[in-house]
Amino acid sequence: MLSKIQIAQRIAKEIKNGQYINLGIGIPTLVANYIPDDLDVVLQSENGLLGIGPFPTEDNVDADLINAGKQTISMVDGSVLFSSAESFGMIRGGHVHLTILGAMEVSENGDIANWKIPGKMVKGMGGAMDLVASAENIIVAMQHCSKDGKSKLLKNCSLPITGINCVKKIVTDLAYLKVLPEGGFKLVERAPGVSVEEIRSKTEGRLVVEGDIPEMDL
Amino acid sequence: MINKTVKDAEEATADIKSNAVLMLGGFGLCGIPENSIKALLKKDISGLTCISNNAGVDDFGIGLMLQKKMVKKMISSYVGENAEFERQLLSGELEVELIPQGTLAERTRAGGAGIPAFFTPAGVGTEVAEGKEMREFDGKLYILESWLKADFSLVKAWKGDTAGNLIYKGTARNFNPMMAAAGAITIAEVEELVPAGELDPNQIHTPGIYVQRIFQGKDYEKRIEKRTVRE
Repeated sequence: MLSKIQIAQRIAKEIKNGQYINLGIGIPTLVANYIPDDLDVVLQSENGLLGIGPFPTEDNVDADLINAGKQTISMVDGSVLFSSAESFGMIRGGHVHLTILGAMEVSENGDIANWKIPGKMVKGMGGAMDLVASAENIIVAMQHCSKDGKSKLLKNCSLPITGINCVKKIVTDLAYLKVLPEGGFKLVERAPGVSVEEIRSKTEGRLVVEGDIPEMDL
Repeated sequence: MINKTVKDAEEATADIKSNAVLMLGGFGLCGIPENSIKALLKKDISGLTCISNNAGVDDFGIGLMLQKKMVKKMISSYVGENAEFERQLLSGELEVELIPQGTLAERTRAGGAGIPAFFTPAGVGTEVAEGKEMREFDGKLYILESWLKADFSLVKAWKGDTAGNLIYKGTARNFNPMMAAAGAITIAEVEELVPAGELDPNQIHTPGIYVQRIFQGKDYEKRIEKRTVRE
């Protein structure tokens, strides 16, 4: 089984040179720490920044410079600041190449649910619906099962939907899977020490297994 | 040049009355109109509709207006950091309309730019789309969303001049420029107010045409929600 950091490390390997990337809150934020040094990529923060840098040193904390998770941040050289309208314009316009975000559920046709649990306080969707409606490539980082052991890779989402037919890849603590255009989770890699049978038993949606499934190389 | 300067937040907000529709700039606590909110708290008004990406925290920003029960309705994208908000919402005292963040930004931009409605993909297939007109363009479905406008927009900038021109700093820009344009009366507070002519016209973010009143803010707390530093 992968730790959260290992999930982030595996997702970082999917990043390509020259990409503009939006990272969601949680495990996706950790991905920034594992982007290979030889890649030139730019991280977008939907509150109005291209070029997120590391967290600031104590002396450089600036209340006027935060990420979408409201954490204080720094900027890299070549950064640019803009309004929320411009920010979502570049998201909807398809200029942000890759969105990495967390999820509560993903269905076998690529629907994602990650904003609302009936009966619990609704905090809001923030920018998630705009991001999933527009990004050409969406990778979900999540645990394979919920805390009470239920599969989060489903035939149909049971929770309120954030976006439809949008998730392309999923990295969980157990596996790396691709969502097939015709529907279904194609198993691409197993987490070290995890069997295909375990993944099958913990995937409620249609799991497609073809040939030998290699272990992840982290 | 037209002089938009008023003395302070109290003068700027004097004619804001109960049941007004307000826009308040800011993302989290970053770039919020601290002085104007403090001035509103001294007034005996209620029934406000507040359009703002977030609702502050319990003891700062719009959270303080909620504590005083001044707000009837919030229109926001994310309201997660506020216990009093949750209490009022669950008890039915407060009405909330949640809007995808990009749609909120664009509806506000549309309000200021005279575009009554536009199509966006955000929310297709979700409860956000319920009851809304849908249309297909190039094989993909979009939702019709309408403009947002306000009686008063309360915005905050880094620098401004007496003509109402504004420059923002860092990610404190966020919703402020679109809200400045979408308010019938826009009240801008700035950390540094200078005479017209001192700001470089090439560097101005919000043209003064959108700003009706501007004042020099004071005692900025600029509270940080999540102070995160390098280890």
